[in-house]
Amino acid sequence: MKILVCMKQTFDTEAKIGLDSSGKINRQGVSLILNPYDEFAVEEALRIKEKHGGEVTVISAGNPEVQDALRQALAMGADKAVLISSEMEEIDEYTTATILAKAISGMEYDLIWGGFRAVDDGSAQVAGRIAEILGIPVVKMVNQVEVGENKAVATCEIEGGNEVIEVSLPAMLTAQKGLNEPRYPSMKGIMQAKKKPMEKKSLADLGMDVAQVAPKVKALSFFMPSPRAAGKIIEGEVPEAATALVKALREEAKIL
Amino acid sequence: MAKGIWVFVELRDGKIKKVTYELLSAARKVADQLGEELCAVLPGKGVAELAPALGEYGADKVYVAENEALENYTTDGYTNVVAALVKEYQPIAFLMGYTARGRDLAVQVAQRLETGLMTDCINVELENGQLIFTRPIYAGKAFTKVACPEARPIMATFRPNVLPVGAPQTGKTAEVINVSASPGDIRQIIKDIVRQVSTRPELTEADVIVSGGRGMKGPENYVILEALADVVGAAVGASRAAVDAGWVPQSMQVGQTGKTVSPVLYIACGISGAIQHLAGMGSSKCIVAVNKDPEANIFKVADYGIVGDLFQAVPILTEEFKKLLASS
Ligand SMILES: Cc1cc2nc3c(=O)[nH]c(=O)nc-3n(C[C@H](O)[C@H](O)[C@H](O)COP(=O)(O)OP(=O)(O)OC[C@H]3O[C@@H](n4cnc5c(N)ncnc54)[C@H](O)[C@@H]3O)c2cc1C
Ligand SMILES: Nc1ncnc2c1ncn2[C@@H]1O[C@H](COP(=O)(O)O)[C@@H](O)[C@H]1O
Repeated sequence: MKILVCMKQTFDTEAKIGLDSSGKINRQGVSLILNPYDEFAVEEALRIKEKHGGEVTVISAGNPEVQDALRQALAMGADKAVLISSEMEEIDEYTTATILAKAISGMEYDLIWGGFRAVDDGSAQVAGRIAEILGIPVVKMVNQVEVGENKAVATCEIEGGNEVIEVSLPAMLTAQKGLNEPRYPSMKGIMQAKKKPMEKKSLADLGMDVAQVAPKVKALSFFMPSPRAAGKIIEGEVPEAATALVKALREEAKIL
Repeated sequence: MAKGIWVFVELRDGKIKKVTYELLSAARKVADQLGEELCAVLPGKGVAELAPALGEYGADKVYVAENEALENYTTDGYTNVVAALVKEYQPIAFLMGYTARGRDLAVQVAQRLETGLMTDCINVELENGQLIFTRPIYAGKAFTKVACPEARPIMATFRPNVLPVGAPQTGKTAEVINVSASPGDIRQIIKDIVRQVSTRPELTEADVIVSGGRGMKGPENYVILEALADVVGAAVGASRAAVDAGWVPQSMQVGQTGKTVSPVLYIACGISGAIQHLAGMGSSKCIVAVNKDPEANIFKVADYGIVGDLFQAVPILTEEFKKLLASS
C-alpha cells in the first residue's frame, strides 16, 4: 500500500509570537516543529504500513527549513520525503493545496493522510482542498481507523459524538488527536533518515507558475491581542472566598 | 453579477444550531449596509417547516433543498447540493459556522468553486465596500485581518459563541424557495452514528464551562464538576493532562489540540494554565481559577481566583450558585 502524508512545519506551540518592524508576524528565532496533528498522521501511516506492507512518503510545501520536519518523519520510519519549494511571499490555503495536489497527481497513492488542522493558521483547509482537486473522497477528524485492501473505515469526531464512515480507496483522511500516540524517532531511525531520499521540486518542475496559484485570500494586517486586565485573587479561607466569588460574579461581573 | 449574502443553516438532531442565528445576525448587518438580501441555505430531509422562522432572525429568503439522501450530513452529499446552488445563484458572500460540519462543507465548496475561505473568524466589517474578516492565528496569540478581493463567493466560517444574536423579530417570516437537490454519488458511507447522550450543552456553544485538569486526581472526581455544571447549566471540559491520563474523553479537551471555546464564564479547576490550554479558552469573557498553587499561570489570565483546594471549593461553589439562582 502506498501512503502519502501531507505535513506542515509550524511554530512551536510554546513560541512567543510578535510582530516585526513591517507589522508582519516575526519569524526570527522562533523554533519550529512538525504540526502536532501531522505527527498523528505520520504515526498512523507507519502503523498501516507495518500491518499491510507498503511505503510511506511524506510531502511538504515550504522553504528549505521544512527539511527538518521531513527528516523527523523519516526518522520515525517514513521511507521518502518530497519537498516542494514555492518561494512565494503571499500564499493561502488555495495556493498550497493547488501546488500539493499537482505534485501528488504525479505520484502513486492508495491513501493520503493530512492533519485535521495546522496549529499556526488553524485553517483546517489544505487537506480537504487537495482531496477536492484530486477527486478523491475525504473523511476528516479521524480518531480511529481500520484500513483494508480497498477501503477504510474511519471513526471521526462530530459534535456530541462519533461517526463511523466507510470510504473506498484512494481517499484522504485527516488525523484528530486521540488517533494514536506518536513514536519518538530512535537513534537508529535518526541515522537512517540521513540516507533516505529527499526529493526537491520547484513550481517550474511541476509545470506551474506563480500566477496560476495566486492566493484568493489576502492578509491585510496583523495585530496582537490586548492583554487581559489583571484579575484578582479573592483572599481568605476557601469557604469565605467561594461565597465572595459567587457574589462578585453576580454583582461585579454581572454574569449570573 | 454576484448578489446576496448567504448563511448555511446547520442542524443538529433536527434543530437549528445556535451558530446559525449568530451568523444570521452578523450577516443581516452586512446585507443592510450593502443593500443586499440575506438568504439562508437549508439542505436536509423534512426540514421545510424550519424555514419560515429563519425570517425572525433576519433571513429574507430561505433556499430549502430537500432530498432523502440529505437526512444525515455527508461531505459529498452536502457539497454537491450546496456547491450547485452557489453556482446557480452566485452569492457575494457565504458564511458558515466553524463547527465539525460547517468547517468540512465550507472547505469542499470553496475548493470546488476555486474561491477563498477564511476560517474561524470572530468578526466581519465593511470597509470601503470590502468585507474585512478578523481571525485569530497562532492559537489566539495574534490576529489578522483578511479579505477575499476578487474571487466569489467570499467564504468564511465563524467561531461559535462569539457573534451576538440579535433579538428575533417575532412573526417576521422568510420567503421559502424550494430548490432541486441532487446529492449525486455520496462516497462517504455512514456505518454508524454514536451519540454521547448528555443533557449538558455542547462545549463550543456553552455559556458556562467548568473544566478540570490534573488537579482532579482521577476520573471519579469529575462528579463534583458535573454537579456544579448542572446547577449553572454548564458544559464540562478538561485539560490535556486529564485527557491523556484517560480520565475523560478527547472530546472534552480544551486547548490548542482540543476545542476552542468562548463562553461567558470559564471555571478552571486544578488547571495550571499552560500556554496550550490558554489557547483554547483565552477568549472567554470571564475566567475563574481554582488552584492551590498561588503561582499557577492560570491566575495571570483569571479575572477571579481562589487559591485553595478545589475539593473544598467546588462543592461550596455549587451550593452558593444554587442559592443564588434559587433567589432570582
Ligand atoms: C503540542 C502540544 C499541544 C498541547 N495541547 C494542549 C491542549 O489542547 N489543551 C491542554 O490543556 N493542554 C495542552 N498541552 C499540554 C500543556 O502543555 C499542559 O501539559 C497541560 O495543559 C497541563 O494540564 P493541567 O493544567 O491539567 O496539569 P498540570 O500542569 O499538572 O497542573 C495541575 C494543576 O492543578 C493544581 N492542583 C493540584 N491539586 C489541586 C487541588 N487539590 N486543588 C486545586 N488545585 C490543585 C496544581 O497546582 C497545578 O497547577 C499541549 C502540549 C503540547 C506540547
Ligand atoms: N505547506 C504544507 N505542506 C504540506 N501539507 C500541508 C501544508 N499546509 C497544510 N498541509 C496539510 O493540511 C493540513 C491542514 O492544514 P491547514 O489547512 O493549514 O490547517 C495539515 O495538517 C497538513 O496535513
